[in-house]
Amino acid sequence: MKYEVVIGLEVHAQMLTEAKIFCSCSTKFGSEPNTQTCPVCIGMPGVLPVLNKKALEFAIKSGLAMDCNISSYSRFARKNYFYPDLPKGYQISQYELPICEHGSVEIVIDREIKKIGITRIHMEEDAGKNIHESAPPKADGGNYSFVDLNRAGVPLMEIVSEPDIRSPREAVEYMKKLRAILQYLGVCDGNMEQGSLRCDANVSLRPVEQKEFGVRTEIKNLNSFRFVEKALEYEIERQKKILDERGKIVQETRLWNSERGITESMRTKEEAHDYRYFPEPDLVPITVDQRWIDDIKKSLPELPDTKRERFVSEYGLPEYDADLLTSERHLADWYEEAVRLGGQPKAVSNWIMGELMRLLKEDDKSIEECPLKPKQLADMFKLIDRGTISGKIAKTVFEEMYKTGKDAEFIVKEKGLIQISDVGEIEKIVDDVIAKNPKEVARYRAGEERLLGFFVGHVMKLTKGKANPQMVNELLKKKLSGSHP
Amino acid sequence: MKLHALTISEIRDLLDKKEISVKDLVKSIYERIETVDNRVKAFVTTTEEKALKMADEVQAKINEETRKKEFLLGIPLAIKDNICTKGILTTCSSKILSNFIPPYESTVTSRLINQGYILIGKTNMDEFAMGSSTENSGFHITRNPWDLERIPGGSSGGSAAAVASDECIAALGSDTGGSIRQPAAFCGIVGLKPTYGRVSRYGLVAFASSLDQIGPITKNVRDTAIVMNTISGHDPYDSTSAPLPMPDFTAALGKDIKGLKLGVPKEYFIEGMEKEVEVLVKEAIKKLEALGAIPVEISLSHTGYAVATYYILATSEASSNLARYDGVKYGFRAGGKDLMDIYMNTRAQGFGAEIKRRIMLGTYALSSGYYEAYYKKAQQVRTLIKQDFEKAFQEVDIIVTPISPTAAFKVGEKTADPLQMYLSDIFTISVNLAGVPGISIPCGFTTKNLPVGLQLIGRHFDEESILKVAYAYEQATEWHTRRPNL
Repeated sequence: MKYEVVIGLEVHAQMLTEAKIFCSCSTKFGSEPNTQTCPVCIGMPGVLPVLNKKALEFAIKSGLAMDCNISSYSRFARKNYFYPDLPKGYQISQYELPICEHGSVEIVIDREIKKIGITRIHMEEDAGKNIHESAPPKADGGNYSFVDLNRAGVPLMEIVSEPDIRSPREAVEYMKKLRAILQYLGVCDGNMEQGSLRCDANVSLRPVEQKEFGVRTEIKNLNSFRFVEKALEYEIERQKKILDERGKIVQETRLWNSERGITESMRTKEEAHDYRYFPEPDLVPITVDQRWIDDIKKSLPELPDTKRERFVSEYGLPEYDADLLTSERHLADWYEEAVRLGGQPKAVSNWIMGELMRLLKEDDKSIEECPLKPKQLADMFKLIDRGTISGKIAKTVFEEMYKTGKDAEFIVKEKGLIQISDVGEIEKIVDDVIAKNPKEVARYRAGEERLLGFFVGHVMKLTKGKANPQMVNELLKKKLSGSHP
Repeated sequence: MKLHALTISEIRDLLDKKEISVKDLVKSIYERIETVDNRVKAFVTTTEEKALKMADEVQAKINEETRKKEFLLGIPLAIKDNICTKGILTTCSSKILSNFIPPYESTVTSRLINQGYILIGKTNMDEFAMGSSTENSGFHITRNPWDLERIPGGSSGGSAAAVASDECIAALGSDTGGSIRQPAAFCGIVGLKPTYGRVSRYGLVAFASSLDQIGPITKNVRDTAIVMNTISGHDPYDSTSAPLPMPDFTAALGKDIKGLKLGVPKEYFIEGMEKEVEVLVKEAIKKLEALGAIPVEISLSHTGYAVATYYILATSEASSNLARYDGVKYGFRAGGKDLMDIYMNTRAQGFGAEIKRRIMLGTYALSSGYYEAYYKKAQQVRTLIKQDFEKAFQEVDIIVTPISPTAAFKVGEKTADPLQMYLSDIFTISVNLAGVPGISIPCGFTTKNLPVGLQLIGRHFDEESILKVAYAYEQATEWHTRRPNL
């Protein structure tokens, strides 16, 4: 049978506030365990939470950027469950009245724009981390477990999508778009490896043209774009197989096992927690006045979609280039800086999408960690324009700049890469090449014009690539087609 | 002169005039504790060494001629053992916190420290403030100083007994459903539950967050006003504390109560009430009338639902508030073969029977499928009860009622029947549900020489009116001057 895939994503984004959501402890990542804690975030008896206004502002910002209604009245709720990394025995979250509702974001799929609905965005606190060690073993042979509460109380946004996603690819595009928006807003660093952006996916299948949704499963632990795609592909196939064999899908929570590349059952609906949500009595309801919302709206930066459109209209870039360059705020900023400093827009785009992306990928670096500065690229362009180096040599220079951090001009001098543009000098070499290859000359003159490359190659080889390629071309053409020597 | 028998304002005067020293005062208190506490058993922890050291520091401040003396400078107070005191054992009278030493100071005690108060000790209570007799303490039962066969009330029974038996000058308690007012009544002293949001809860170990409130337990009304001046007011660490300007509560004392409308709710004079108690309360109302107040019969029509509503909401919140006691981070931990086993053993061994009963009740009320019928419905009734008070306060200025249908009962009398115990809170619970302030003042003694309390209830954030009326009544009577014979 043919099925339609229905996917909804729940994305958890760690907010980039300096302090935790209900106390003033730092949110910095990677500190010694339990050094960023206080009585409040470790759930001492008698402590009370107080909302960090910055977290509220970030949630509102995100809501506005995703076209949501911002609730003038919302509140926190307690989600009750026992776990050692949850110091109070409940997580402060939002349930009945979330801060943002009814929004949407746009993704581009096969050059078509598609809207994905946002059901809600709510604020909550992160839990700590359990660390299970194999050593040192206890006397009875057991192992110790440790709890690190540095992360407990770090503000999170949970962004819940409508079941509008129809394929793993759409899911990835949606995730990428969310990440771009959050990064543009500066509310989340989007680092999936460090867990600042995490995702659970709800998946179901239904026969094409059936209205009702099928039974869904929830997949947890998707911490990279690749895993989102792989896990969904696996799960869709798994469900398809069951349905084709007239089996029943069990409503359950499944865990993505990235090593084996499969999803595994974690708990069924019957085993699901009863979280016993109820309004958090320790926090007053949140009231947000329209003036503040308007102020935040005014302060929103240019968002990916707008920037993409502007890159097309302002720089004359193809959609593809604009889409890629605006996928990350830092990349777009890097691009615009290079153009502002004099780079030709399309040329800058080509260099970024070609050489720069390749080098970054090789080093597994993000654009923020890029050792090359936009100014260095712009300066290299000036050398090309002046004819100091050829486009071909520029590739060598570019890589050298990236690897050493030195400027183009310095590298060109140091390595003697200045282009030979002296007609006499080139002519000598051209003559030499023609003289040494009489057979090829004859064939060329007999009409085999594609041999031009052969001669160019020889000239370049002799000049170590430094000869002005345009001049080489012209001279060779002239000499080969001209009178017999 | 028996220094331990003095009130705050008397001591302030004597200290400032240098007629007594802080050290003599503190010594007098501990001598008194030495003499009576083996019978009363009001304390879980006493802090004599620290108190004596503190006495020297405080004396030096008093001796600074030009210094403006804080009102509580050098005043020995006892603190209920569910209020966190940095570096000092805070147990909630529970085995599960029997080794818990807070690494931080509660807001109320921080404010007392800024004043230069002297901590005498931490007082016994019903475990986690759940109870009306202090019999639910995980450690020992506190006795009523008026009759050692009887309970002192609860849950702030230790604080009330300590004040009544002169083991401290005044104390702090906490009140979730009557836990300050009822023991104050049973021990013949004054206890105020402030408006919800008037006093910071930061550092008060939570029982039911939407109902809990810290308040003073003192020998007279003036002392209550004095303590309120220090502990009240907005706290940035408690977002439920109200950002309102703070009055001087002592300024209300001594003002005329002529023409003041006194609401007498008919639902508070019921079958099953001890005749003697009813008579004493009605006489007190007559006394207030004689002082110029005008009694008006009113109706608080949802009173009958208050106990049921309370026991759903308070237990629901408690079931969540007490989840943190899992043996992982602090407090008592029982062994076990795996995580679940450690959780279960810790909580099974660490909590007393009443705590477990309430956690189960609350967990049930919040469970999926029952939430609507119990928790949500109770919230709706709570709103109705609040509206009862709002409506009444359109007609009257304060409301006057009994505190309890009986005087102090005997140890063991109600422990077999939790429901009977719950029902003894019938007159105090609505005040917590509505969030309004209520005070208990002594209004007479039964033939068995047991004190009876009168409750005065005010509008939200209008503690001044009830203090004014309470003071006027106190000035016109002598009940507050009586002390138990220990």
